[in-house]
Amino acid sequence: MGQAMQGEGSGFSMTRRDLLRMIGVSAGTAAMYQAMSTLGLAAESPYRGTPLLHGAPRGTSVLILGAGLAGMVAAYELRQAGYTVQVLEYNARPGGRNWTIRGGDRYTELGGDTQHCRFDHGQYINPGPWRIPYHHRGLLDYCKKLGVPLEPFVQVNHNAYLHNSHAFGGKPQRYRSINADYRGHIAELLAKVTQQGKLDAPVGKDDQATLLDSLRQWGALDKNYAYVRGPSASNRRGYDKPPGGGLSAKPVDSQPLQLHDVLDSHLWRGLTDSEMFEFQPVMFQPIGGMGRIGEAFGHALDGLIRYNAKVTAIHQDERGVTATYEDARHPGRARTAHGDWCICTIPLSILSQIPMNVSAAMTEAIGAIPYAATVKIGLQFKRRFWEEDEDIYGGITSTDLPINNISYPSSDFNSGGKGVLLGGYLWGLNAYQFTAMTPAERVRRAVQYGSQIHPQYASEFENGVAVAWHRVPFTLGCFAAWSDEARNKHYENLCQIDGRIALAGEHASYLPAWQEGAVTSALDVIGRIHQRVVGGAA
Amino acid sequence: MKRAMLGLLCAASLMACMTSIHAQTSDNALYTPDTLHSANGEAIFHAICQGCHMPDAKGAVGAGRYPPLTGNPHLASAQYMAATILFGRHDMPSFKTSAEPHHGFFGNTELSDAQIAQVIHYIRTHFGNHYLDSITADEVTAMHPQDKPSPPKP
Repeated sequence: MGQAMQGEGSGFSMTRRDLLRMIGVSAGTAAMYQAMSTLGLAAESPYRGTPLLHGAPRGTSVLILGAGLAGMVAAYELRQAGYTVQVLEYNARPGGRNWTIRGGDRYTELGGDTQHCRFDHGQYINPGPWRIPYHHRGLLDYCKKLGVPLEPFVQVNHNAYLHNSHAFGGKPQRYRSINADYRGHIAELLAKVTQQGKLDAPVGKDDQATLLDSLRQWGALDKNYAYVRGPSASNRRGYDKPPGGGLSAKPVDSQPLQLHDVLDSHLWRGLTDSEMFEFQPVMFQPIGGMGRIGEAFGHALDGLIRYNAKVTAIHQDERGVTATYEDARHPGRARTAHGDWCICTIPLSILSQIPMNVSAAMTEAIGAIPYAATVKIGLQFKRRFWEEDEDIYGGITSTDLPINNISYPSSDFNSGGKGVLLGGYLWGLNAYQFTAMTPAERVRRAVQYGSQIHPQYASEFENGVAVAWHRVPFTLGCFAAWSDEARNKHYENLCQIDGRIALAGEHASYLPAWQEGAVTSALDVIGRIHQRVVGGAA
Repeated sequence: MKRAMLGLLCAASLMACMTSIHAQTSDNALYTPDTLHSANGEAIFHAICQGCHMPDAKGAVGAGRYPPLTGNPHLASAQYMAATILFGRHDMPSFKTSAEPHHGFFGNTELSDAQIAQVIHYIRTHFGNHYLDSITADEVTAMHPQDKPSPPKP
């Protein structure tokens, strides 16, 4: 189509450029998807069910380092297969980055700042993973097996906001109206050029009639293929006065924004997030917080996990693997744990500092992957003003402010009580700068920025919690930020079984930052180790 | 119980104040990728480096550690520091300005070679460090010849 339009006169060229930019929503999505795939963020889960491991030799032991999801999936399955399993975990709790902060919890970050979470009973924030795509079948399967109940996570809410502090006088716009106006104007333009015969080359006459029909439906155009104030546009973008009952019930239509204003606001950038594979509805969250999964795993593995164990060295010989560790609370006295085999799920940020005798190629891979900076901030408010005042039930507001997102809770709708918002999800330069602040300052800033979108913040804010992942003592970063170059060079080396040691975790997956990456990498590695064991390769 | 909690919180926030002497003053605008180019070495340290290496440059220890930038023999080599900032080291990302900027989901944070030289100088002359030699922007540039020269400061 772009080619067919090349020959048009210059009078059309401005509009054409705009048009192509707008039509580029699909190309743009593809480009975005491409970029996401590059990061591995959009790859499909390879989950094909848990492996059936037959014939584990009696007494064969596996030492697992880390009681995050990868370590606990490995422990759960290997124990079931008849292996003797032991897990060492740095934290005093299971889960790792699968983690929920609730009222009464205390969290000390690197540098020593301690936060005492003062959320009310039942309120929580997930500082790490917070949503589960429906196609992350491995994780969903374990939720089912472990009895972790799920509820929908609202990813897209047409009544949430798109906000650009430099557009519309800084006034947030409803997703619904930007979405309707953007589409409506594109549809009108396409209808216009179709009717002018400018698409005669690429689109046959019959198809043109169908195209016009579809544009009218898609863009909420009127009978003249115009996107104008009227019932059909209001039915998409909302009303000045919505229809009701009784004497004064007649609806009042709203006025669509001008094409120029929609384009110039750049708010269209926020329209495609929930169209990406990872974020398409339906998404889920565990009832009561993402940490319910790690807690349930910990319960299922009761007695197998040694908590507060800080691993300081890993050594293998022809007979097995020995991990040296110390009590994370009272360092100094070295202890050891031994296994015939070892599955190490320690994040590369930390593993790169732990002496371990594996191949030079694997050592190089472990030390080559930087960890992404992200910050999440939970804010408790006296009342659910986003629901009571603004009819926003769950979903995400996007903004150009450093907080990036405000996400409204996907539970306890319409309950009239207090609520906790995700008051910021930061990455890149913004995350670095928030990491460099004290927790109190991060919360203060999040409230300050958020009040530009919700003025109610000023009077309704109660307390908050801020987690900067580079200051998290058990990960020193959020997730393995693979580049294409690093993946080509190091990924296969990272995923080998080296003697009696193999690695697992989101860092050993094409689903970085996703829990499904941890789950599927663990399932892959236990299958391969089991093959070695029964095949007698060792 | 409630009072004890309150007491703890006051103590915590007092400590927060004490440790935030070097933090950015409260209402400074944050840097954007564009305005970051105007930051000097000191500002870069406090906006970025101290996130991991801490406001007093003493580093931190958890399951792993962030090395201190004081009393650390590696600081004797400005080239070592430049290589670390340019190319990253272990979990630390690269902060160089690339010929082909990476426009991934999280983007890269890019410092010019002059800024890298400045922040090295700032670290090596503060926090109890008293190095007399220094590294120039050109010397930093020479360490990554495959990349275009960094953009001039506005």
